[in-house]
Amino acid sequence: MLGTTILLALREIRRHILRSILTTLGIIIGVAAVVTMVTLGNGVTASVQEEISSLGASNFIIFPVRTNRGTIRPFDEADVRAVEQQIAGVQIAAGSVSANATAYFNGQDWDTKVEGGTNALLDAQSISISDGRPFARDEEAAGKSVCLLGLKVREAIFPPDSSPIGAQMRIGDVACQVIGVMEERGQGGGGADDDDVVFMPLKTVQRRFRGNDNLDYFVVKYDAAYAASVIQDSLVGLLRERRLLQGDEPNDFNVIDTAQVNQALGAVTGALTAMVAVIASISLLVGGIGIMNIMLVSVTERTREIGIRLAIGALAREVRLQFLTEAVVLCALGGLVGIALGFAASIGLAALIEVPFVFDPMINIVSFLFAAGMGIVFGYYPASRASKLDPIDALRHE
Amino acid sequence: MAEPLIQLEGITKTFGSGAAAFQALKGVDLAIDRGEFVAIMGPSGSGKSTTMNILGCLDVPTDGVFRFRGVEVQKLDRDQRSLLRRRYLGFVFQGFNLLARTTALENVELPLLYRGESKAVRRAAAMRALDQVGLVPWADHTPAELSGGQQQRVAIARALVTEPDVLLADEPTGNLDSERSIEIMELLRRLNADGITILMVTHEEEMAAFAKTIVRFRDGLVERIERGAPATEGSPA
Repeated sequence: MLGTTILLALREIRRHILRSILTTLGIIIGVAAVVTMVTLGNGVTASVQEEISSLGASNFIIFPVRTNRGTIRPFDEADVRAVEQQIAGVQIAAGSVSANATAYFNGQDWDTKVEGGTNALLDAQSISISDGRPFARDEEAAGKSVCLLGLKVREAIFPPDSSPIGAQMRIGDVACQVIGVMEERGQGGGGADDDDVVFMPLKTVQRRFRGNDNLDYFVVKYDAAYAASVIQDSLVGLLRERRLLQGDEPNDFNVIDTAQVNQALGAVTGALTAMVAVIASISLLVGGIGIMNIMLVSVTERTREIGIRLAIGALAREVRLQFLTEAVVLCALGGLVGIALGFAASIGLAALIEVPFVFDPMINIVSFLFAAGMGIVFGYYPASRASKLDPIDALRHE
Repeated sequence: MAEPLIQLEGITKTFGSGAAAFQALKGVDLAIDRGEFVAIMGPSGSGKSTTMNILGCLDVPTDGVFRFRGVEVQKLDRDQRSLLRRRYLGFVFQGFNLLARTTALENVELPLLYRGESKAVRRAAAMRALDQVGLVPWADHTPAELSGGQQQRVAIARALVTEPDVLLADEPTGNLDSERSIEIMELLRRLNADGITILMVTHEEEMAAFAKTIVRFRDGLVERIERGAPATEGSPA
């Protein structure tokens, strides 16, 4: 009986194909919007998480901030060593410093950034070297002129068909030898391209580009078995002590927990998703009202048919089921079309905004069921009205 | 004598209420036996259509007792009357009332759909019914592709397909020319001869002459019942 009713509903929809499409447009757009936004949202989240994990999942980033007296007191290597040696649970502490510079090779030039750090800094941030080797101990200790290329710099000024390893290049007025290429890192925080960089030993950059021993920031990687808050408290305590801050003086430095950054980004994504949900709900509500409207029209148009069915012995609930099925099938078809559109749109848009396409079966199933559910909600009143018609009046209806 | 198939006792029907109330039936008594072919006649407003609606279990009397197969129909609810129609009654209307854009075969199958019969059973029974009205070659045609007489025969097949006890025909020839009308009446008479009870409303004496009994209504009451052997073809009673 239900199978026959569904076939009947499909036939009725096919009879008014244009009307059916127009009617379900609201649902199609609503479902497509939800599927697209959630899929893209997942893609953004995935790429952000990849980014975060490239910073290191359980890391602190510590940098000095301007005090209310207007001064900045930078950290130096002694602070980094103290943190590494005196705080339990800290695996790596490594400083970073950078400067803007132009890279030259073989008559080509490229404005980029030179970053100073150690192998330990690369480890803490989970950056690996795809080609070549890391710094040697003596290169780090003596601050030699060797460098690792970010992918962007390699592509910008080195010929694509031959290895840059061993090449002599120039950064600013410092000549240096290329010893390796770093693997792709992608977009960093604040829109900076983490691949647009030349990485050199910390001491080299401090001495040749900055002319002092200061650090811009340092990264602390800790053992995940330790509570982040405990490590953070010891870290803050130690640094306050070293910087001779009195009890009521505010910190003149900042400690960022990458896990918290992750959470904050999650919250932003959540807010965006909620906004999309609201917009989609309105679209679906309008779509649902459209369904109800067209079902009422259909009931009126088919009053005589309803009369015939009642006269030959259809029960009220059978007539109701027939129209309800029609509304549900209509909405479910709209849902399917919406999912297909959303699928296509998310593949296209994911490619456009360069985030991974993350297929989420759940949102597709939920959207479909929601669309079908709309058929029940908005089809019930018209169907119920059909089932309550008086057979004698219905048969007389012109 | 056994209990009649249909028995109306003191049936009244009032439409509306208060000052606007209109009493369409004022106390109708009527008994119809199994195997009858009854023509119900009367001028407009005489109550014949209201009586037909009550006999078809589509409407309930305001007062009185309507027994069908011994069951007091006026006590049944809407769905119970639907089930009664589904099981025991077949309807033929003046306007044919076939589902448009639906083939003759599917139209005839429709009542069996509500009985929950399988597709094979439906198809076989519908083809049998179409055979009874001589329309097997037209099974795949939609109403728009059939003549009025053919449409009415499809409607009769649809009424027959459930093998009902009673066939109710409301002005079955009202939309047909006289030649088609006589074909339909002969078909009804043949079906009646095969055992089905037929109740027919008509205002044409020529058609009523095919019935075994004529019940004449006037002003909401049964005016006269004329019983006798059916007249010969086409001649008025």
